[in-house]
Amino acid sequence: MTFSILIPYPTIPCLTHFRPVALPLVVAVNGRRKEVREERKINSMLATRALRLLGSRALPASVCVRGGHGVAKVEDYALPAYFDRRENPLPDIRFVANLSPEQKSLKEKEKGPWASLSNDEKIALYRISFNQSFAEMNKGTQEWKSVVAGMLFFIGVTGFVVLWQRKFVYGDVPHTLSAEYKEQELQRMLDMRINPVEGFSAHWDYENKQWKK
Amino acid sequence: MSLPKPVMRGLLGKRLRFHLPIAFTLSVIAAVAFKYAVTEPRKQAYADFYKQYDAMKEFSAMREAGVFESVRPSGE
Repeated sequence: MTFSILIPYPTIPCLTHFRPVALPLVVAVNGRRKEVREERKINSMLATRALRLLGSRALPASVCVRGGHGVAKVEDYALPAYFDRRENPLPDIRFVANLSPEQKSLKEKEKGPWASLSNDEKIALYRISFNQSFAEMNKGTQEWKSVVAGMLFFIGVTGFVVLWQRKFVYGDVPHTLSAEYKEQELQRMLDMRINPVEGFSAHWDYENKQWKK
Repeated sequence: MSLPKPVMRGLLGKRLRFHLPIAFTLSVIAAVAFKYAVTEPRKQAYADFYKQYDAMKEFSAMREAGVFESVRPSGE
């Protein structure tokens, strides 16, 4: 989608009477792009040949920086980008930037009545402008399986860590958790008649000194 | 290439007309079920408990067990 262009600055001579070129992206219509190319041809043959090698998209205007014209270099990320998002249905640029001859002729045909386009041509035009259809971009992946697997794995690792801690890190529990102490606690709760209606003491048979069946 | 135009309006209203009666009914059912499964048995359990409750007997039993601070078991 985006080109990362390495311009060999030292080898492109920037002639002082070279007019700074507006980015081909701004000059989006094919017709004007041809005009610009004509101007370039008139101004400088060498630069044109070099520039043509780089393709017609995302030409930094920094071609002229060396010539002292002081045009700021435009970074790739600052240029309009194409991306498939549901909430941004019409991206700023077409997906396919460099049209092949058939695609160019198709674009010419698009200027006429659309009823004359066959279904395949319509689909071809769509694919020129867009990468994925909404159905394709919204399709779910199988990623959730990896996520769940990772979760469970790390929960298991945590289990091992906890067991190791219990054995090697923690000291003894307080004496109040010993069996005899807990029995005494239990007896005291029954003596105090904790929750005698529906809860704790309700299940104890005070006559026979045992839990109710 | 000629799909029917999807419904564009009244989507929330349609959803509410469908779901609100169901939600209302289910809530009422939940409340009624809670009343007759939980609160009525509980009220009955308390009523039964206090019908046969002898406060002095219980007090003496607790005193003998030694849980009170204001009155010690009769032996001491």
